[in-house]
Amino acid sequence: MNDTQDQTPSVTDDKLAQGEGLRREFLSFRLGGEEYGVDILKVQEIRSYDSVTRLPEAPAYIKGVINLRGTIVPVVDLRLKLKLDQADYDKHTVMIILNVADKVIGMIVDGVSDVLTLAESQIRPPPEFSGVLDTRYITGLGAIDDRMLILVDIECLMSASDMTVLENAA
Amino acid sequence: MSIDMKQFHQAFFEESFEGLQAMEAALLELDPDAADAETVNTIFRAAHSIKGGAGTFGFSDISTFTHDLETLLDQVRAGQRAPEQALTDLVLRSVDVLREMLECARDGRDDEVASAAGVRAEIQAMLSNEATPVAASETPSEDRAEQVWKIVFAPHRDIMLTGNDPLRILRELARLGETTMEVDDSGLPSYPDVDPEQCYLRWTISLRGNVCENDIQEVFAWVEDECDLTIETQSVAVAAAVESDVDAPVADTPAAAPAKAAPASRPGPANKDGGSIRVATEKIDQLINLVGELVITQSMLEQTARTLDPVSNELLLSGLSELERNTRHLQEAVMSTRMLPVDFVFSRFPRVVRDTATRLGKQVVLETSGEGAELDKGVIEKIVDPLNHIVRNAIDHGIEMPDERQAAGKPAQASIRLSAWHQGGHIAIQVSDDGKGLNRDKILSKARDAGMSLPDNMPDSDVWQLIFAPGLSTAAEVTDISGRGVGMDVVRRNIQSLGGTVDIESHTGVGTKVTIRLPLTLAILDGMSVRVGEEIYILPLNSVVESLQPQQADVKSMAGNARLMHVRGEFLPLLSLRELFGVVGRDLPLEQGIVVIAEADGRQVALIVDELVGQQQVVIKSLERNYRRVSGISGATILGDGRVALILDVGEVIRSRQMAAAA
Repeated sequence: MNDTQDQTPSVTDDKLAQGEGLRREFLSFRLGGEEYGVDILKVQEIRSYDSVTRLPEAPAYIKGVINLRGTIVPVVDLRLKLKLDQADYDKHTVMIILNVADKVIGMIVDGVSDVLTLAESQIRPPPEFSGVLDTRYITGLGAIDDRMLILVDIECLMSASDMTVLENAA
Repeated sequence: MSIDMKQFHQAFFEESFEGLQAMEAALLELDPDAADAETVNTIFRAAHSIKGGAGTFGFSDISTFTHDLETLLDQVRAGQRAPEQALTDLVLRSVDVLREMLECARDGRDDEVASAAGVRAEIQAMLSNEATPVAASETPSEDRAEQVWKIVFAPHRDIMLTGNDPLRILRELARLGETTMEVDDSGLPSYPDVDPEQCYLRWTISLRGNVCENDIQEVFAWVEDECDLTIETQSVAVAAAVESDVDAPVADTPAAAPAKAAPASRPGPANKDGGSIRVATEKIDQLINLVGELVITQSMLEQTARTLDPVSNELLLSGLSELERNTRHLQEAVMSTRMLPVDFVFSRFPRVVRDTATRLGKQVVLETSGEGAELDKGVIEKIVDPLNHIVRNAIDHGIEMPDERQAAGKPAQASIRLSAWHQGGHIAIQVSDDGKGLNRDKILSKARDAGMSLPDNMPDSDVWQLIFAPGLSTAAEVTDISGRGVGMDVVRRNIQSLGGTVDIESHTGVGTKVTIRLPLTLAILDGMSVRVGEEIYILPLNSVVESLQPQQADVKSMAGNARLMHVRGEFLPLLSLRELFGVVGRDLPLEQGIVVIAEADGRQVALIVDELVGQQQVVIKSLERNYRRVSGISGATILGDGRVALILDVGEVIRSRQMAAAA
């Protein structure tokens, strides 16, 4: 498990949840047929998709920048980043505004579903094989009934070396 | 009482640093032969309040150090000691020590200030030396020592309600010297009307003794606001007359002993700054950001309103135009709070010039002009070091020794001019000297030694730019002032990082001029908005030379795909902004587009755009805050409709273009 995620539950949560391990909240969102989860504490807000201003010399998955109440915020298309099929933006397309490594970043996803609380026991370790999504970014798989949530370490994903968004952020 | 003193520390440090600056300025102004009493007083007051503050806040080493300094200054003030060169130097060094001590205390460091003990010993040595009194001819020092003061003390009726006892003050006064007091009881009402808690009396005191005005004022310090006070001095020669007739007008005293008639109710130096308050810079920046938002909202409203019917919405529209005007004024006012006069920087140079010149045995006089020109605080802070470097360089390398100058037919005293003026959206700061000028051959040979290959017929202006190359110094020998060749390249880098430029003009035997051009502020920019496809880009207006409708015949191609445009006899590289930034779509046929000629660092480029949209002031927003630097882009801004537009960095576009050409 990654450092940043260890810090997220507060001390009191820790004590309360001792019986069944840590409880953590995740915002779940959809990309194609898959469901992903991101640590709710990293999420600043959710906005509908707005037009972006393109940036020169940027990789394709960086759609551009938006004006978030006076701050310039870069926007990443997560589908393109994860090399999934490109989808057209529709009325369900949303931007999740994230606070990552002291920066604000927008992330375009197909839609958000809900906020889920997962106990430690419901989180399985990530699979060993490498699929489309590099396993480095997966912190675990969350199982709720028959749903499977792919838990991504957004900080790690956004600061990866091929990700120029957070250049020198570390 | 347990007040947390820490909260006052910040104010103490700020005031003390200001005090030191005032001391320094006054010291440099001080003429050893005709010391101006007010100047001496300024120095003394600054030292005095630092001592007081340091004592209050428990910085005992600072207050002990200042104590001796104060004693020394007090002697100067009392005329017992002439402010000769050695003394001024010593006090200046003490100022340095104090500054260092204050910095240590502020940063919570415990380290000894190395030079403190030495300077303190020197002060003490000077103190124990026989004081050399000021020019003894006119006013012998014995006479000086004893003065007669006439003090009229008229307390307000309610003085006793504030806890002050006039009697105590009078007793205190009697301790200073021989006093004769007269009480004026004319204000006393008849007995039944007397309120025992009111003071009806006034006093006229004649005080004789070795006392200075400040001693007397100190006695009255607590009641300054609760009384009418007049303190006048009269020379001993007329003292007899004064004693016999207390009302003798002061004007009768001989002019030789300058009568100091000061309504003492408000002594103090506060007349220079017309009242100010300290505000944290973050608060101002926050204001600037908010106003920036307001400007954007306002222009958003204006754009929406344009579609409205002007007749039926007359009131709304006139309200909006009012809003536009108020917003603009508000923006100007808020921006001006961040602006400081250049004097803020210039004022430290008399010291720099004096110290450097003395150390090198050169005679240099500093002239400044245009101190009133204002620029952003952020820019000011960053310009200090580069300027410092340039000035020291000028004294060290540019200016000759006095005999050398005389041999060349120049006055022995060299001059350095610091000037500032506004130039469009920029401020220019120039350092010029009348020294020997840059030595072209020396620079060239140094540069070749450093491994650069240079043509012999390089234009002068290009040769001068070489001194900014890292590792190049033309000083014959390395001194502790300059000559290590690690400076000028840093100077240029610092200035470029502020969006500025440095130019050098030099003539052998005549002197050198270094001109720095800087943007007035880092937060706002006059821009020209241009459209390329769906995108809007902002070109800084000060880099736009002109825009024109191109003709196919003006465009020549070179080596296949590089294109040049023929404009007024010059061939400029022609770039398509669309290709440069990879905007989707194709350029319009050349005749339908617009070409903007932009300039940076003295080089021009022709940029093809689809349309000119307009001119506007834009608030510069950082792209790097949440993203990273993008080459060719200096930042972003928010347009009236809330969209983001990128601001072009013309200099970088041109440079990257040159690099591409060189590769």
